[in-house]
Amino acid sequence: MTEMAQTDTAVRSMDAVAARLKSRYAAERRFRALGLGAILLSVAFLAILLGSIVQKGWTGFIQTQVAVAVTFDPQVIDPDGSRDPLALDTADYATLVRNGMAARLAPDADRNARRDLTGMVSTMATEQLRRMVVANPDIIGTTATVWVLASDKIDMVVKGQVPRQLGAAGNALNDRQLGWVAQLEQSGQVRTTFNTTFFTAGDSRAPEQAGIWGAVVGSFFSLAITLLVSFPLGVATAVYLEEFAPHNRWTDLIEVNINNLAAVPSVVFGLLGLAVFLNVFHLPRSSPLAGGLVLALICLPTIIIAGRAALKAVPPSIRQAAAGLGASPLQIVAHHVLPLAMPGMLTGTILGMARALGETAPLLMIGMVAFIVDIPKSPVDPSAVLPVQIYLWAGSPERAFVEKTSAAIMVLLLFLVSMNMVAIVLRKKFERRW
Amino acid sequence: MQTLLLAVTLLLLTSLAFRAGRKRAFAMADGAPRNLHSLPGYYGSWVALWSGLPAFAILIAWLMLEPSLVRTLVISDLPAAMQELPTEKIDVLINEVRNAAQGHATANPDLAIAADHYIRLRQIGFAAMTAVSVAMALAGAAFAYRRIEPQLRARPRVEATVNIFLVASSTVAIFTTVGIVLSLLFEAMRFFNMVGFIDFLFGLNWSPQMATRSDQVGSSGAFGMVPLFTGTMLITLISMVVALPLGLFSAIYMSEYAQPRIRAIAKPALEILAGIPTVVFGFFAVITVAPLIHSAGEVFGLAVASESAMAAGIVMGITLIPLISSLSDDVITAVPHSLREGAYGLGATKSETIKQVVLPAALPGIVGGVLLAVSRAIGETMIVVMAAGLSAKLTFNPLEAVTTVTVQIVTLLVGDTEFDSPKTLAAFALGLMLFAITLGLNVVALHIVQKYREKYD
Repeated sequence: MTEMAQTDTAVRSMDAVAARLKSRYAAERRFRALGLGAILLSVAFLAILLGSIVQKGWTGFIQTQVAVAVTFDPQVIDPDGSRDPLALDTADYATLVRNGMAARLAPDADRNARRDLTGMVSTMATEQLRRMVVANPDIIGTTATVWVLASDKIDMVVKGQVPRQLGAAGNALNDRQLGWVAQLEQSGQVRTTFNTTFFTAGDSRAPEQAGIWGAVVGSFFSLAITLLVSFPLGVATAVYLEEFAPHNRWTDLIEVNINNLAAVPSVVFGLLGLAVFLNVFHLPRSSPLAGGLVLALICLPTIIIAGRAALKAVPPSIRQAAAGLGASPLQIVAHHVLPLAMPGMLTGTILGMARALGETAPLLMIGMVAFIVDIPKSPVDPSAVLPVQIYLWAGSPERAFVEKTSAAIMVLLLFLVSMNMVAIVLRKKFERRW
Repeated sequence: MQTLLLAVTLLLLTSLAFRAGRKRAFAMADGAPRNLHSLPGYYGSWVALWSGLPAFAILIAWLMLEPSLVRTLVISDLPAAMQELPTEKIDVLINEVRNAAQGHATANPDLAIAADHYIRLRQIGFAAMTAVSVAMALAGAAFAYRRIEPQLRARPRVEATVNIFLVASSTVAIFTTVGIVLSLLFEAMRFFNMVGFIDFLFGLNWSPQMATRSDQVGSSGAFGMVPLFTGTMLITLISMVVALPLGLFSAIYMSEYAQPRIRAIAKPALEILAGIPTVVFGFFAVITVAPLIHSAGEVFGLAVASESAMAAGIVMGITLIPLISSLSDDVITAVPHSLREGAYGLGATKSETIKQVVLPAALPGIVGGVLLAVSRAIGETMIVVMAAGLSAKLTFNPLEAVTTVTVQIVTLLVGDTEFDSPKTLAAFALGLMLFAITLGLNVVALHIVQKYREKYD
């Protein structure tokens, strides 16, 4: 009887265990699926981010041009026939462009229609004609077909970034202009080419004339300053703390400090730059010099921490061997330890530089948000940097700046990826296991 | 450009000094370098240091002093009526003089004269500086060169100089912190002289537009930071709701379940996510996420502001996933295997082991990582500047627009900054608060990690 009961409970508890096991395994599968889901979701976010940028931005590398049959009418640009270079330089080329457009599209255009015509091509066209005439005054009086830059509104429609329907979101053309666009396209007088303007021009209020070159040069100057300042300082600090510093309160303080600085929000560094570099030392506002110094302070902790890790990885036997041969402490470090730690330090420095390249907020504080058309020639000229240029364009209301922003982001990400690639290659190539 | 040329010249002189010193040391040794106290190169370095250090010190000192010196001289030469003007007006004038000196014409004849004066002063200054620094380089080199003798302890001297450089470099970090604290404190003190500390800390109203005329309406100039603080907290909360589960579960899956193949894809993907600049995320939030949330809200009949806290928070959460994931991954991997094996031996499934053994053991590290992520979220700037609004509303509704501390710092300081209005100085007070909060969070995070770390050895 008791035996029966025992087996009975045993069977029952076995059943319960089996039932519970089922739910436990289900829980296991759920948990696992949650983990996989989290990873997939994170990767999906990345894919969506990159996808949406590429999808919005790839047309930024293309520009639309319109063929205009321009008559270099001497009545308009050189009425007194003197061919005086100064007069030619300041002549009214806008009328030439407009007349050329009107001749093809709307010969009897009234005032409003002519304004619409002017809105179809970029103001760059005027500049282009001026250069043609100044370079070769003999073309005055002749007629030539010139491919001129289309205005941003036409550009958007031709590239399909905004719908063609009248009044659609982002479409700023009126029905007359839309008709002209169709007319031009049918007669093959619209073409799209590689957008060299984007890579050679500075900023501009007109989207089709805006380029990133000014920002790229500004970023280059800033990063050069950052590297020049932070690399020697970072390496020296790492060497001192890792190889020479006695362990006392002072060095503890320095260490705690460096770790804390690494976690201070970058916008606070911007406040420091504003209060110290601009207001006390009177460095020029919005210059790569001031920006580079602020960025140097921001990536200094990164370089120091990476440098110390690299120095730590060099085995003590190297130091002991050098000391045994009579090298002084500084000779040990300079001749033996530092060369072995250098790849690790360089990797850390490149990663720090990559972070500095994408840093935006502290540069806003020191006035790098100014609208700057000129390409900076030296680190003390006012300039923009790539991420700030992205920020500025992202805030511009023109629809065409969306693709410019996305295209600039692609360029920035390309720089970042290549810097990281260099760091990875460096690490792979020179990494040594002792 | 001129300055760069001068610096290159000085560098050239320094390297010549090095060669001369080394050569002289060899000559002194009479063909037997072992007679020298140090290696010949150290004599060269010693001469080079004597040549380069004073010259570059003068160059740097001049570069720092020159602008204010020239400015004072130019101002003293302006007509008396202009000198009477307030400082800001003089700043404008000086700017115009500089522009005129660079070739842009100026309408004011007095300023044209001043511009000529400015150009002349700068030329004289530069010529004088060139002469002095080159003379210093030569004199220093000559001084050291003549003192070279075999007994000269060149190596210790050079090494002592290098040591000074090393120690000085390591104090830069201290100076940076001191600089941050002092500049924030100094400007914040000036702010608190105009606006009460209590009003700032507990005021429920934030509208920093000051009345420039006494009869102006609608510009109260209220500086209560509570709405900014709640806005920051709201966005941080949303971001943590996104980042914490995603980051933690990715870390668990990657360290406990994932096959090497998945790891090889997912880990670099998360690293890429971590490396993307925040300005890109800000653009993503504005252009993709915010419209998405807006239209989703319309489907459910909810009124969503175009710059909702939700969009900024979600995108910020995405940026924090890699941080939480990598920190948690580290601590989960650090939990010893014997613990897991013990749990398996008792019949626990893998997920039960993780939930009941691994996570409790890793909890302090995870909490520390989460606190670091919170501090990052509070200090994050670009995403909120681009995607969150400017209106300081005291609300906890994630669908409304809120503003944050960092947004206000940027808004207050971008554009014309006058360092005597509370509007500008308020940014420094906010910066001080931000610095204090993030520093506190970091200290607490490190403390938790260190104090509650389980030791298994």
